[in-house]
This record gives sequence, structure tokens and C-alpha cells, in this order.
Amino acid sequence: MVLSKKVKPLKKRTTLARKLNTPQVAGYVFILPFIIGFLVFLALPILLSFVFSFTDYNILQSPEFAGLKNYKNMFTADPKFWKVFGVTFYYVIFSVPLRLMMALAVAMLLVKNTKLSQFYRSVLYLPSIIGSSVAIAILWKRLFASDGVINGILGFFGLDSQIPWLGRSDTAIWTLIILSVWQFGSSMLIFLSGLKQIPVALYEAAKVDGATGVQNFFKITLPMLTPTIFFNLINQLINGFMAFTQSYIITQGKPRDSTLFYTVYMYQNSFTYNKMGYGSAMAWFMIIIVGLITLFLFKTQKYWVYYEAEG
Amino acid sequence: MRLGLRKKKLIARGVYHLFTLLFALVMIYPVVWMIMGSFKSTSEIFQNPEALLPTTFSFINYKVGWQGFAGYTFGLFFKNSFIIAGLSTLGAAISSALIGYGFARCDFKFKGFWFACMLLSMMLPFQMIMIPQYILFNKMGWVGSYLPIIVPQFFGQGFFIFLNVQFIKGIPVDLDEAARIDGCTIYTILPRIILPLIKPSLVTSAIFSFMWRWDDFLSPLIYLSDPLTYPVSYALKMFSDPTAGSDWGAMFAMATLSLLPIFIIFLTMQKYLVEGIASTGIKG
Repeated sequence: MVLSKKVKPLKKRTTLARKLNTPQVAGYVFILPFIIGFLVFLALPILLSFVFSFTDYNILQSPEFAGLKNYKNMFTADPKFWKVFGVTFYYVIFSVPLRLMMALAVAMLLVKNTKLSQFYRSVLYLPSIIGSSVAIAILWKRLFASDGVINGILGFFGLDSQIPWLGRSDTAIWTLIILSVWQFGSSMLIFLSGLKQIPVALYEAAKVDGATGVQNFFKITLPMLTPTIFFNLINQLINGFMAFTQSYIITQGKPRDSTLFYTVYMYQNSFTYNKMGYGSAMAWFMIIIVGLITLFLFKTQKYWVYYEAEG
Repeated sequence: MRLGLRKKKLIARGVYHLFTLLFALVMIYPVVWMIMGSFKSTSEIFQNPEALLPTTFSFINYKVGWQGFAGYTFGLFFKNSFIIAGLSTLGAAISSALIGYGFARCDFKFKGFWFACMLLSMMLPFQMIMIPQYILFNKMGWVGSYLPIIVPQFFGQGFFIFLNVQFIKGIPVDLDEAARIDGCTIYTILPRIILPLIKPSLVTSAIFSFMWRWDDFLSPLIYLSDPLTYPVSYALKMFSDPTAGSDWGAMFAMATLSLLPIFIIFLTMQKYLVEGIASTGIKG
């Protein structure tokens, strides 16, 4: 006790500069922008949006408490809500697995090292770099127009070339799914680097045991890639549910809302009809759905994701 | 007669390349078709949609498209895009490097908590917070300006922070300690030792940031209303609205131009793009 009292005045003399130099303080100095940004642009808005979801708010007048009205309307009185939820779910359930399968298949094709590997990789990666731009959305409209490229090519091969891809509800959504699958490039790169990390010794041992290519794939390649697949899956699922530009520009939800994505409907409610409260409720519903799916995947990963023994 | 082993290998290789090349060409065909379409007349785009090469190369679409709409040329929209993407990139790259350094090299209280917050910010998409953010920026009087788009970038972006943390952790701590013995502090080690060494992660965050901001359509859609302030992405959508079905040639010309900066980055910076994706798994 006596000792600590003696030390104290000494501590007081430590200058501010010295204090700033301890990792304790310096750490906070460096991450301060993040803390501010996180609180102001993320934590505060997300909390506010939770509060707004229980109000009627048209942004011009101050919000009015409405209890569970928004949620009640959403679940029981707005058939369009379930429609867009179903459309988005359909889009995600097809586009994400197809994109990942495509990425894996092409990655396996390109893992072989040849003089042209670099070139193939570049060409196949490009769509994922530009795929979400407005330019490509406009292009997609023309590709799938009744008098567009796809029908033109079908006609060239003497096939049915009168399909109104964007005009039918069963085909319009698939033009968006195809656009998403087309952007498999970045997942492909991740799989490629995953494939290269699989020890060659495993395949050599399998060869000695007389394993076939198919066995190799299911017994070695796929299990060794599950951590990569897991990471990709979560990322792509979230992105899938958030898809906006495609639906907003290419199909505008047409025909008959069969391609109206959740985020677009949320945008319309909030910014076109000025129903900020309803939009907030929609956002929170989606956060919970995506959160639950992510949680489910994390909880079940022990059954299918293979991690090498590590410390 | 049985084929020799060498011959067999040669055929297998030929089949492999033929297949892969064909597949790559099919995948890239739409983009090439659009670029070629920008040199065709609109009637040609409609009459022979399956054709790739234009009968005559003409730059008239570029001339017409450049005129833009509502009295504003695409020159203005490009300038706006460069301002938005440029400033955002500057902010995101620098702040993320500083924050990454803090996470990677300092031990402080609640570090685990803040790191978890950072990961959370990576997972939480913009779409989920756009409504309250809009309300917030509306209260601040920022709606209609670039501030809501640019300012948040100056407070670090999860992916880039993560990238920098990974990268800085790969630099031996011995270097820091040697510098400390020579009289460096935590603050001077960053510019003198770390910054020169993390050039790859800085460049990677910068190019991804630039590409994402350049392509961004949703935030201009929400925050901007005056054509004078439109970036290329949003202007292109507006341009396509009234002209839909009429001047596709001009639209393709401007669409191609809007992708030009991305193409240039893609061709010159591919090493960084590939490494960035492989090391963090970020989307492209």
C-alpha cells in the first residue's frame, strides 16, 4: 500500500505523449475512426430502424407510434410481401448453388497448369467484375429481348426463336438467375486457391489404393474444399437476398411481379410510397431471416464442413 | 493399331484446350457483342442480333451518346463518377490501413469485441441499413449531395480493414521491435516501417473500392436527384429510360465507355485483384 502511494505522483507526471504511446491507448487512437463510423453509420441506424419499424413514418412528419401494425400488415394484409419474398427465395435457392457448382467445375478445369491458364482465368473472371453494373443490366435486357441475341442465335440454329424471355413469368426470373450464375468468376478464383492447397500426397495415396477420378472428387477434393464452400455459401446467400440492380433495371419486377425482388419492393415502399416504417419492418424481417440462415449454417457446419486438425 | 502414349496425351491436351477455349468464348461473348454493338447502327443491332461484327465500324453512336440527356453530356457524368469513386477510394484505403494497423499491432481492452463488430459490419449489407441511414442523412441536410456516399468511406470498410490486418500480421514483429530500439514509436513505425510494406493490400483495397463505387447504383438512386450530380452508373440508367427501344447503339456506346475504367483496372491490376480475392474471399 505504501509503495503504491509513493508510485502515484510519479505516474501523474507521465505526459500525455507517453500515455499515447502505450498500445492500450494507441490501439484506440487507430481504430477510433472505425468505432465512430460503426456507431454513427451502422449501430445507430440499425437501432433506429428497429424503432421506426413500429411507427408510421413518411419522413415529412415525425414518426407516429403504430405498434405492431407494420408487421401485422406485412404478414397478413399485403399479399405482395409474400410474393416478393417467394420470388427472392426462388432466385437465391437456384442462383447460389448453381453459381457455386459452376465455379467449382470451372476451377477444377483450370487447376491444370498450361500456358493458356492465365488467359482462361482472366476471361472467365471478367464477368464477375462487371456483372453487377448498370451497363451489363442494359445489355442483358437486349440479350433476352424477343428480338434479341439469344433468340437470334436460337433462330440461327433453326430452333424456336420467338420466346419472350422477359415477358413470361416462368422465364423472366431465369434471365436474372443466369446473370447471377454468369458471375461465377470470383468464387472460381477462391476455389482455385483452395484446390491448390490440397496436398498432392492425398491423391498419390489414393492412386496407390486404385481410386477412380470420381472417388477422388468425392472423397478428397470435396471434403477438403468444404471450408471454402462454407465461406462462399454464406457470402453468396447474403448477396443473393440483397440483389437489387438486376431486378430494378432489367425486369422492373415484370411480368406481374414475378421478378420483383425483396429489396426492390422495400425500396419502393420506403422511397416511392414514403412508408419508411413499413420499409424498416421489411428490413428487419430480412435481417432476421438472413441471420437465422447464417446461424443454421454455422450450427450445422460440424456435420459437413471438414477442418484439418489445428491448434 | 494402338496410339502411342505421346499421341494420346497430345489429343487429350487438344480436346482440353478446345473445350476450355470454347467455353471461355461463350462466356465472354455477350460483352464482346455489346462492344461490337456500340459500333453498329441501331437498325443493324435489331436486324441481325446474332451477328457479332458490324458491317461498317462507325463512331457515330459515341458521338450521339456522349450528348447525354437533359442538356448534360456524359463528360459531366464521368467527372462526377471520378469525384465520387476517387474520394471514396482515398478515404476507404487510408482509413482502413490505419484501423488495420491498430487491430494487427496493438493490444487494447475490448479488442475482441471491436474486431467482432468489424466482422459484423462486413456481413451486414448496405440494403439493410439504407432506410435509417437515409433518414439520418436527411436530418443532417446531406441528401442531394455526395456526402452520404463519400463520408462513410472515411471511417474504414470492413473488408479492407480485414485485408490489412491479415497483411500486417504477416510482417515480422521483429521489424517493429528493431525500429523501436532505434527510437521509433507506435505512430512513427506505421509510416516508416509498415506503410511501405503493405503496398499490396493498400493497392488491393483501393482498386476494389474504386470499382465498387464506380459501379454503385443504389446509393446514387437514393441520394441524388439533380442530373447535374449524376455519376455514370445512374446516368446510364436514366439515359436508357427515355431512349429504350430507340437508340440502343448510343446506349451500348455509353455502356461500353462506362466499363472502360473497370477494363483498364482489370487488365493492369489483375495480380492484385486475384490475390485480394484469394486471400480474403471477397466478392468481385
